[in-house]
Amino acid sequence: MAEPLLQTCGITKSFGALKASDAISLDLRPGEIHALIGPNGAGKSTLIKQIAGNMQPDSGTVHFLGQDVTVLDTVARARLGLGRTFQISALAMDFTVLQNAVLGALGARGDVMRFFRPVMKDRTLVARANEALERVGLQDHAAMRTAELSHGQRRQLEVAVALTLKPKAFLMDEPMAGLGGGGSKRLTGLLDGLRAEAPILLVEHDMDAVFALADRISVLVYGQVIATGTAAEIRANPEVRRAYLGEEDAA
Amino acid sequence: MTRESYINAGLTFLLVLAPFWAWSMGQAYILTLCTKVAILALAGVGLNIALGLGGLVSFGHAAFFGIGGYAMGILASHAQTFDPIMDWPILIEGTKSMPMIWLVAMITSALAALLIGALSLRTSGVYFIMITLAFGQMLYYFTIGWPAYGGEDGLSIYVRNIFPGLNTLVPVQFLILSYVILGFALLFSARLSRAPFGLALTAARQNADRVETVGIAPFRLRLVAFVISGAITGLAGALFADLNRFISPTMFSWHTSGEIMIFVILGGVGRLYGPVAGAALFILLEHLLGGVSDYWKIFLGVLLLAVVLFARGGLIGTLAGREVGHG
Ligand SMILES: Nc1ncnc2c1ncn2[C@@H]1O[C@H](COP(=O)(O)OP(=O)(O)O)[C@@H](O)[C@H]1O
Ligand SMILES: [Mg+2]
Repeated sequence: MAEPLLQTCGITKSFGALKASDAISLDLRPGEIHALIGPNGAGKSTLIKQIAGNMQPDSGTVHFLGQDVTVLDTVARARLGLGRTFQISALAMDFTVLQNAVLGALGARGDVMRFFRPVMKDRTLVARANEALERVGLQDHAAMRTAELSHGQRRQLEVAVALTLKPKAFLMDEPMAGLGGGGSKRLTGLLDGLRAEAPILLVEHDMDAVFALADRISVLVYGQVIATGTAAEIRANPEVRRAYLGEEDAA
Repeated sequence: MTRESYINAGLTFLLVLAPFWAWSMGQAYILTLCTKVAILALAGVGLNIALGLGGLVSFGHAAFFGIGGYAMGILASHAQTFDPIMDWPILIEGTKSMPMIWLVAMITSALAALLIGALSLRTSGVYFIMITLAFGQMLYYFTIGWPAYGGEDGLSIYVRNIFPGLNTLVPVQFLILSYVILGFALLFSARLSRAPFGLALTAARQNADRVETVGIAPFRLRLVAFVISGAITGLAGALFADLNRFISPTMFSWHTSGEIMIFVILGGVGRLYGPVAGAALFILLEHLLGGVSDYWKIFLGVLLLAVVLFARGGLIGTLAGREVGHG
């Protein structure tokens, strides 16, 4: 089996009495989509934040590309090649869609301290940004103000910005939320192909997408991973059915 | 061209026209007013880089304005008494040369901004405002208690400093000099806001998480912006001192910080010509209303309140509307 690219070891994080992450150990291997599912408040976003570097775990470590990155901040982890999308869109709302994507391309190239040449006339950056917008289907909205996008389109833009980084691994927190059927199908197709470029740790509520895409699924409940396995294994797991899928069926 | 660039062109035209008009009317003092507008606008252009582009609400830009002023005062006063600033370990003499004074003003205020920024940019919001204010006030009280350069009374420079090839004592020549410098600063600021640095800086103002996630550290962006901002406001301070041929601790006081901020807010935060429109409006109001009532600043306050409540984009924003585009 291939060496994991990304690995958490015993990540633990408490908010007062609440254990949002309870000794979470999971990994992401080359070429795979590893889906992380669980009910609301299970601690999925909290885990993503600790992997991305926005939040320090109380204990446990994060390894990325064979390196212990636990003490590194978000910027350093991004520079190492961790591409991340937020559950609640974190975009520059006054920018155009294209400007947000160009920002990503600029970050990837890393030469921010330039003070004279217009960035939107930089062909390389703009081409890279447009390519990413096209892949998520936002090419016709490039000149639109980001604040005017629908919630679904913002999620798409989040993915596009992550694409401009050409990262070595993706962390995606509910990228399909708010997308209509068409958008969701398109993004499913995109992620399907994307895993060959870089593996994806995917937090997602859309079960159809998860079962269609995921090579492996981990189920998080009350901060604990209660099961990890293939779609079939997870479907058949009685504990998972009781704790999570059962609720969905009942609802 | 966008609507905003027409408005900017119109403002430039008015500013250039005003001295001609003053000259034809024989109202020489208007030249001084125009020079003052240009210099104060320059101070605002500096602040606008931190405040408008970076979202850094600095209430201490008087620190840089004052440092620029004192750089001029110290250099020129030593030159006029032929008394070196220091003779050990190296000899440093005063100078009356404007380019030299400007250079010193910009370097010292940039260094001060580096220090103040490195300490204050770790905080944000109201703490940032308070810390920058505190640094400005610290320098204010320091200069009050610094007898070598006039202490509380300030210091007069008897003859305006010199610029090669010009006679700066002729008001119109000093006016042109100020206009040209403001023009360069506007040009620089326009390029900066469209450059990669400007894109990242304005993105960090809107959403710091986004910037970090693409691998750019907001702190570094903000610090560099603060240094550039401080250097430009420092240059304005040196020119302002030369305009008045006088420096005093008032340059460092929080009133000065507040006024520079008022120029930017009145004219339009983050708008290229915001500080120009704001400074022009401020001087115009001071001139028109100051004669009518000593309490003209009450009117200014009401106007400021109206802008903050109803016209967020200031004068330029109200006239030009929201700016959307790839520029
Ligand atoms: N910064 C925080 N401070 C306190 N509690 C938090 C914080 N962030 C998340 N939580 C709590 O931790 C739990 C897990 O949250 P989250 O990771 O957002 O869940 P999920 O993404 O799985 O829906 C929730 O109960 C939430 O209220
Ligand atoms: Mg979540």
